[in-house]
Amino acid sequence: MSLELIATILGGLTIGSALMVVISKHPVRSVLYLVLTFFMISANYVLMNAQFLAIVNIIVYAGAIMVLFLFVLMLLNLSKENEPKTSLFVKLAAVVTGGLLFVVLIAAFKDGVIVAQTAGIDGNDQGLVQNLGQLLFSKYVVPFEVSSVLFIASMVGAILLAKREKQTID
Amino acid sequence: MILASIFQSGVSIEFYIVLATMLFCIGAVGVLIRRNAIILLMCIELMLNAVNLLLVAFSTYFGKAEADAQIFVFFIMVVAAAEATVGLSILVMAYRKLRTTDIGLFNNLKG
Repeated sequence: MSLELIATILGGLTIGSALMVVISKHPVRSVLYLVLTFFMISANYVLMNAQFLAIVNIIVYAGAIMVLFLFVLMLLNLSKENEPKTSLFVKLAAVVTGGLLFVVLIAAFKDGVIVAQTAGIDGNDQGLVQNLGQLLFSKYVVPFEVSSVLFIASMVGAILLAKREKQTID
Repeated sequence: MILASIFQSGVSIEFYIVLATMLFCIGAVGVLIRRNAIILLMCIELMLNAVNLLLVAFSTYFGKAEADAQIFVFFIMVVAAAEATVGLSILVMAYRKLRTTDIGLFNNLKG
């Protein structure tokens, strides 16, 4: 199988599972299709030789964030029956809007001039773990440390927001 | 022509531009047609991932030895994780108050 065929099949599967996220009525099914979409995007990263990002995408997105979404969905006990309905007119308008957005974006990108294609899809090793790790801990070590402060802040914020208020005894 | 070159040369940068644009538009349509707030957050994640895919594609095709764009994608993932945590906890709080996640019913700020 040629590389082009694999890329086309992967692209089709990515688009298909992304469409199923939007189409499927059941929220849990929607989350599972989003996990599938993230796996497909990771496969695209592997195809572009960005191995570090492929693994991080699976661990962080499919592993952590999506499990969080799934937990919240199951905690809130949402099902197909009490899923809010959208009217057909709004759906139609949304699809037309999205299609127009796609056409406009493609029309804007169409005239873009590709200046110099330095590297191809094969034969570059910039996405390997060694290369990215050295870059992350030398040039980008300050943003890396700052992101840990961001995580602390978001953890504190999440606990503070989701904590049940203490019942007052009177 | 961008669409013609997809079928001619297989995996080119145009292929990934079209793929990422389609993913982004699907995410945008999802934000417009769904009314469950959790699904809305998921569609935002989908749009973020489309941008990540485009960044990685441009880094692969046009980056020289440095992989700065891929570090940028890594930080986008970090921020997205923090955003999802806080967003979901806000939703849990709103669900406790209103017993729904329908964004049409989140109208307390209307006055």
